Amino acid sequence: MTVTEDRPAYKWVGTRPIRHDGYDKVVGKARFAADLNLPGQLHGVFLRSPHGHARIVSIDTSTAEAMPGVKAVVTGDDFPALAAGHPERDTAINLMARGVVLYVGHALAAVAASTRAEAAAAAAAIEVEYDLLPVILSLDESMADGSPLVNEDNRTAFSGSDEPSNLASVTPLERGDVDAAFEAADLVIEREFETSWVHQGYIEPHACVVDVGADGKADIWASSQGHFRVRSQTAAVLDWDTARIKVTPAEIGGGFGGKTTIYLEPVAARLSEKSGRPVKIVMTREEVLRATGPAPGSKARIRIGATSDGELTAIEGWIGYIVGCVNNMAGFIGAMSLASYKFPNLKLEAVGVLTNTPATAAYRAPSAPQAAFAVESVIDEIAQTLGLDPIDLRLKNAVVEGDPTAMGMPHPRIGFVECLEAIRDSDHYGSPVPDGAARGIGTGFWFNIGEQSSATVNLNEDGTATVITGSPDIGGSRASMALMAAEELGIDVHRITPVVADTESVGFTDVTEGSRATFATGMAVVNACRELVDELKARAATIMGVDSEAVDWIDGAAVAEEHDPLPLDAITAKAKGTGGPLTVTASLNAGGAGPSFAVHCCDVAVDEETGQVTVLRYTTAQDAGTAIHPSYVEGQMQGGTAQGIGWALNEEYVYSEDGTMLNASFLDYRVPVASDLPMIETIIVEVPNPAHPYGVRGVGETGIVPPLATIANAVNRATGLRISALPMSPPAILAALNER
Amino acid sequence: MKRSRTHVTCTVNGDEVDFLASDDTSLLDALRDELGLTGAKEGCGTGDCGACSILVDGRVNCSCLMFAPEAEGSDIVTVEGIAQGDQLHPLQQTFLEGAALQCGICTPGFLVSAKALLDENPDPTETEIRYALAGNLCRCTGYDKIVRSVQEAAVQLRGASR
Repeated sequence: MTVTEDRPAYKWVGTRPIRHDGYDKVVGKARFAADLNLPGQLHGVFLRSPHGHARIVSIDTSTAEAMPGVKAVVTGDDFPALAAGHPERDTAINLMARGVVLYVGHALAAVAASTRAEAAAAAAAIEVEYDLLPVILSLDESMADGSPLVNEDNRTAFSGSDEPSNLASVTPLERGDVDAAFEAADLVIEREFETSWVHQGYIEPHACVVDVGADGKADIWASSQGHFRVRSQTAAVLDWDTARIKVTPAEIGGGFGGKTTIYLEPVAARLSEKSGRPVKIVMTREEVLRATGPAPGSKARIRIGATSDGELTAIEGWIGYIVGCVNNMAGFIGAMSLASYKFPNLKLEAVGVLTNTPATAAYRAPSAPQAAFAVESVIDEIAQTLGLDPIDLRLKNAVVEGDPTAMGMPHPRIGFVECLEAIRDSDHYGSPVPDGAARGIGTGFWFNIGEQSSATVNLNEDGTATVITGSPDIGGSRASMALMAAEELGIDVHRITPVVADTESVGFTDVTEGSRATFATGMAVVNACRELVDELKARAATIMGVDSEAVDWIDGAAVAEEHDPLPLDAITAKAKGTGGPLTVTASLNAGGAGPSFAVHCCDVAVDEETGQVTVLRYTTAQDAGTAIHPSYVEGQMQGGTAQGIGWALNEEYVYSEDGTMLNASFLDYRVPVASDLPMIETIIVEVPNPAHPYGVRGVGETGIVPPLATIANAVNRATGLRISALPMSPPAILAALNER
Repeated sequence: MKRSRTHVTCTVNGDEVDFLASDDTSLLDALRDELGLTGAKEGCGTGDCGACSILVDGRVNCSCLMFAPEAEGSDIVTVEGIAQGDQLHPLQQTFLEGAALQCGICTPGFLVSAKALLDENPDPTETEIRYALAGNLCRCTGYDKIVRSVQEAAVQLRGASR
């Protein structure tokens, strides 16, 4: 179902063609990074720390180097030391420890050998002497007065201080007078919340093949969300010129933010350089869980004041993100995500805190789910306490265009109210709650981003087209590029081949993240097509012998009075004689990314004997701006929702006291399976983004934000329990029920 | 010291094949590295994700959990063997039309598991489909469009067999 504001009628945009890369993916031909093998290739395996925090006293690789099949061994000494403050210093340290290991799983050496088994045996034979240091695993320990340092390297961002600290960042926000507002409020509710680390859980482990030639040039094939970032980060970590490195994007088997940074490529490059052979590294699932970025865990305290008729007057609170062993911006981003209601009075602080656990990474709408869990839970409790409908309460306070975000800048045109109305008017919300079940509502949003993209559009001599971009396709974006090009050029979408090209075959393009690919790269494609259409009209004018101002472009053909329409393929056939190849490259730094809001509704049943929460029905309404390919918009909404349900109900990191993750497998780290979920009903709301030629907002991020509170609110209405800690796994629910 | 390797003969996607494999090589690695059939994927190596699903004598198996020499004499079908020449299997077609894949890494395993289900049970309920596919993890789709595509393929296959 789609709810659409007035907009032009499109021929291709909004249709559902079979995606161009689909055939290869259903017959097993699509090439993911681990599917590539090169002649003479070696296999790389890491040695990883068994300790949560330790100084490396010595590493002896001599035994390993003498073992069968071993061709190269590297340690931290094989990599340049990047200066303090270098933007990739933490990346470099995380992928190969220098002097100190910061978490269990931290890489400190790697071996390349003829077979993976030989490399693994040699890695295990590397002798390391450690001097153990205190292991900090929780936010409270890390922030305690006199706490040992998690990472002596860390300085608090924006603080100006050069003192080592366990704080990553502190972002205070304030407007109005919260103290006076709470004093005047009819109702004030304050609650505390806690969430675990959760992993992005992409099914494809990180993988790459790297071949460094005797000329010093490196060919890299890798699975990533952005091969230009693989290139720049690899160059930085090795202190190489960027031009030495070519990165070819493999198909990517899921990323969700977790493949926006690198873990392997510089190590494979150094091993290849040392051995003179191509080196392939494929992580195991255990390595993925122990050593790649989960989303931060969190603790929050949120206090909200309201009038008796449901006007939210003040919010005050604190949220801490547990960012892992090195600094990142999770706390700062969390501050941006905190409040999507009008709140005239606001005082919030968001911080990032370090622990001796893996460096956290972006995960779909990074930092927003944790914040929305807290805020949306308290708002639900206010609605219940005041006897108000949870949607009516939110409608009364929802931000609209011009209202300030938590950071203060005004929201552009957004569709929050429209999403609330879509759920209010939905079949699901209008139907009675099933016997034995309860219904919850939650909302969320994400800002989305623009950034840099390039696109080249080539018209071929027979009138077909090739659309070349640098945005890895993680969920159907090639089809979206082709649809927008089809609309612009007026040709069939399947006469267009969308290609994701290597770093030497297309202009610089930022990572596929922040729901930016269809928005920003799509805009580059549209710009290139529009310039091509101008050129086509000029060529047609030459062929027809008229002035180019007299030519219009209608439905894939040049049209001028007193002439038969000249279709695109008739013009491309005469390209040579009218000025040469028809090709345009466009590049941009896109502004105007449009925030996407979502409202979710779910029915759950709670088994009071086992503590099992079953999701019976789930509906999501989300503002897509314009859905270029509605099936893949629905897919993003459904996929984000399923990940949010996993976050709410099952997924968590279980650590031993010494910092070892005890559930580092898909058996014990339990993501939702098909039998855990119902169908996920979707309502695409289309409030076009005025900054994009087709109104695109970007839809990938937001779906994961609302489910945490949506399910907690339903569980609350089913049991009376206000669950404050995620996941709401059966043992946790059972314990809470027994305490009730 | 080179370890000895076993000579294995079996049928893969209708062709009789043979290869050498050491006793601790997984069938998945043999298919991918010895036979070049990279359609089956390794997502976990511990039988938890189903990306390596293949049919062995008609039954779904995680090929990462089988040793290659265990394939001796068996009839194996991988995702590369599901289509009939140029003619996609109805499941492949409905997965494409129903947008049942996003990144596509889990797709080969889902197609194999769904084929095994429909070979056995031509008219499964939604719940039966969900349980039959519960050994295959997908992190992109939330399963909705996968389940619907299997339902649609079942309808088409029943129509074709009438």
